[in-house]
Amino acid sequence: MLRRLATALPLIGALALVGCASDGGGIQSQKMAAIKSRGNLICGVDGKLPGFSFVAPDGSYSGLDVDFCKATAAALLGDPAKVTYRDLSSSERFAALGSGEVDLLSRNTTMTLSRDAPGGNALAFAPTTFYDGQAVMVPASSGIQSLKDVAGKPICVETGTSTELNLADRMRELNAAYTPLKFQSGDQTYAAYLQGRCVAVTSDRSQLAAKRTGFPNPAGHILLPDVLSKEPLNPATVNSDPAWADAVRWVVYSLIEAEEIGITAANIDAKLAEAEANKNLAQLRRFFGVEGDLGKQLGLPADFVVKAVKAVGNYGEVFERNVGTGSPLKLERGVNQQWRQGGLMYSPPFL
Amino acid sequence: MIVRPSRLEQLRQELFSSRLNGLISIALIAFLVTAALGLAKWALFQAQWAVIRANSTLFALGRYPLEQQWRLWLLTALLALATGLSWGLLRAILRSGPPVTLWPRNDRWALAVLVLLSLWLPMALRLSLAIQMRWWGITLLLLVVRWALGRWGSAIPATARRLIPLIWPLLYLLGMVLISGGLGLVQVAPSEWGGLLLTLLMSSFAILLCFPLGILLALGRRSALPLLRWGSVLYIEFIRGAPLITLLFLGQNILGFLLPGGMAPDRVWRAAWVLTFFAAAYVAEAVRSGLAALPAGQLEAARSLGLPMPQALIHVVLPQALRVALPATVGQFISLLQDTTLLSLIGLLDLLGTARTVMANPAFLGQSAEVYLVLAVLFWCCCAALGLGSRALEERLNPHSRSSANLSPSQA
Repeated sequence: MLRRLATALPLIGALALVGCASDGGGIQSQKMAAIKSRGNLICGVDGKLPGFSFVAPDGSYSGLDVDFCKATAAALLGDPAKVTYRDLSSSERFAALGSGEVDLLSRNTTMTLSRDAPGGNALAFAPTTFYDGQAVMVPASSGIQSLKDVAGKPICVETGTSTELNLADRMRELNAAYTPLKFQSGDQTYAAYLQGRCVAVTSDRSQLAAKRTGFPNPAGHILLPDVLSKEPLNPATVNSDPAWADAVRWVVYSLIEAEEIGITAANIDAKLAEAEANKNLAQLRRFFGVEGDLGKQLGLPADFVVKAVKAVGNYGEVFERNVGTGSPLKLERGVNQQWRQGGLMYSPPFL
Repeated sequence: MIVRPSRLEQLRQELFSSRLNGLISIALIAFLVTAALGLAKWALFQAQWAVIRANSTLFALGRYPLEQQWRLWLLTALLALATGLSWGLLRAILRSGPPVTLWPRNDRWALAVLVLLSLWLPMALRLSLAIQMRWWGITLLLLVVRWALGRWGSAIPATARRLIPLIWPLLYLLGMVLISGGLGLVQVAPSEWGGLLLTLLMSSFAILLCFPLGILLALGRRSALPLLRWGSVLYIEFIRGAPLITLLFLGQNILGFLLPGGMAPDRVWRAAWVLTFFAAAYVAEAVRSGLAALPAGQLEAARSLGLPMPQALIHVVLPQALRVALPATVGQFISLLQDTTLLSLIGLLDLLGTARTVMANPAFLGQSAEVYLVLAVLFWCCCAALGLGSRALEERLNPHSRSSANLSPSQA
């Protein structure tokens, strides 16, 4: 063991030196070089999360988290199928990323200070792909419109979780009395809610939506608009390779930008032809890489946006397909709406 | 002439011998009947088996590439062939003594179960006709070979007969090649193995390797050489002192840091080795109990006859010790098979991992009861098979049982 460490230490030193040397070059990334030479992207996913990542009967991965793996692979390698998925549990995800077992972590990971900081988990977070947050579900027939209406009534909650604390904090803020009905497991909590022992149940928005699909009458339950906690879910890479982190960041932005300017998987070919023909569409030409060198600055192919959008569609399409009102999860866009519609999805300019 | 009581009379005596016994029996029977009725009602009318039907391939093989699945069909056919050969031969040898029918009672049961399974299961899973026919073909192959060998097996010369069990290790190696690729076949990465395939592969690999390793450790622990003895003790006690899941995490996450990039074996193999090393420590203790049960005179007698130590161990000590240790060892194997479900916690798609990812598919949300029930039945079948096999082996190895009467001691 010691001898292995002894041989590994100079290697790590050499890596650090190479890392420093590459700072001047700007776009040299060990990770990207490794992915290109390997020919596929290793993407860490949950694999067991409804709407975000799961395996379909034909053995293919799908879900919102998975689509960002596909988009990144399409942008870097030109093929969304060139992804090796690795199911990671929440306890091993950061170790797997840190040791280089996975190139990209797209596993409903909440961005927090300590996970971002070099003194913490030292991750580099891409933009948020889904703003989750604690919500409250009530029967549609109950007439409850907001959290205030729940005052004085019993609420089912899983005990020993941050969910329980968030609920208590919020109800105290609202100065509303309530009766928490606490349960040891998630299954017990939802069973009690369905038996009518409480008028509301609280958990993360995406969790509630997933559980709801298993209810006898899913349409009979609604999510209240109140948000009890912030859970921004972001893809992540390691801190030590800024060029790779930038590439992932702008792949995510490209899908958000594509939605804002109305580019979809269906119309991208027409839009591309239009941009190629018309020299006056400067913004679109830069976005598609017809002119300028935006892709090259990132170390990606010039047409990385085209490849990514063709692979999975724009952000709105990704959302709708996996978790949106058209999917079994039936989630409203809410804060995941574009900024022009009052949401938080906002891409900096592609300049 | 003694009149044997009828079945009904026997039952009456067992269940209703006194008033209290009668009441207890009625309460228990009522409880069992309601439970069985409830389960049947749920299984027949409420359960939605679509989740099993749609994902049957996923449960069986995981994400094994579709165009390479012919290799697994070939392997299944070869396994059926080997099973038929061994099964038929076993009956052919046993038949040399007293007259026994070609299909004894147990075999007729096995025959019925096999035929029913191959007819009903593919139909219940709504597999395509082509695949249903493959299952019928494989079952037919097994039964025909079994019949032919049972009929004429005793005519095979003894030297050739002795070679036939060798097909099993050969088949295992061939199966490994067929599953993983190589020798001109396309490579299928271990990350694409899954479901029942991965569970069986992992547990068979660990079972086969942990047994010899465990014997060596047990001998090491009783060795007179202090270094060997203390090394074995340290190893066994360290492994037994750590929960399997921590060792699995250690293997998955720490190896990546310790070994330079790309040097560490694939994570599936890492998990397989961890399982092996873990089980070896427990098998070692089981074997040690067998060694301890053996009078010291056995080894001394063998040595005084001039046998060198290895021969004394192989021919005198171990055969007797292992016979004593067999039930405990098989218990260890069964728990090893069940321990493979921990692989789903480290992100491998074994049977449980596959089930969890299937249950996350929004199309099948809320159908977890069906999935867990099928999983329980599958695991029960695998464990029951191991248990039955071990009991048959115990019977054959037991010098005092009737069925081993025509086996020479060297075979036992």
